[in-house]
Amino acid sequence: MIDVLYFAWVRERIGVPREKLDTTAVTVRDLIAELVAREERYELAFADLDSLRVALDQELSSFDAPLAGVREVAFFPPMTGG
Amino acid sequence: MKLQVQAEPFDLGAESNAFAAGVLGAGAVVTFTGLVRDNGGALAAMEIEHYPGMTEKAIAAMMDQAMVRWSLADALVIHRYGRLAGGEAIMMVATASRHRADAFAAAEFLMDYLKSRAPFWKKELSADGAEWVAARDEDEAALGRW
Repeated sequence: MIDVLYFAWVRERIGVPREKLDTTAVTVRDLIAELVAREERYELAFADLDSLRVALDQELSSFDAPLAGVREVAFFPPMTGG
Repeated sequence: MKLQVQAEPFDLGAESNAFAAGVLGAGAVVTFTGLVRDNGGALAAMEIEHYPGMTEKAIAAMMDQAMVRWSLADALVIHRYGRLAGGEAIMMVATASRHRADAFAAAEFLMDYLKSRAPFWKKELSADGAEWVAARDEDEAALGRW
């Protein structure tokens, strides 16, 4: 089981802030493909990966990163702090 | 080092004074404060969302880096989340060093990194509705100078 978190408009499009998923995905990209195949709201949220960022266990990462050993995946738009 | 991520307002004067009082030996203190722009009265409120846990880790890592790179005497970051009105202070950075150039550079470095690498997202609420603030290319490009 892996915790998947969503922030900002990604959260709004998917409709939940977090969920626990059973997945066989090897990379982040595989996980996204699994989600997109599930329901339209995921397709909507992941339509443009250039406008998304991913963090693995709270560290910024890349879509090709492996998920082995990862407990928490977070998807969000580019950050706007400060 | 002091790092606070909080919903409550902070007292800019009191924080600045306490910071400056705690850095004996430093000759320079630089502070920066970010405010909510009211967009000529059009903004009803700003909502700031963040990623608890990652926010603190990401900012602490930036601060550690700044402390070493500019041999800072001390550094402070306070960043708010939740609902803010126009004119309210969103965040502040303070840096202290022996000479001013290091304190200025470190404050700018921290600001550039907070903009694009601290997991906060701003949403502007107005009479026309709500809109997520888009990240600016210039902000991302600004990281290149460090």
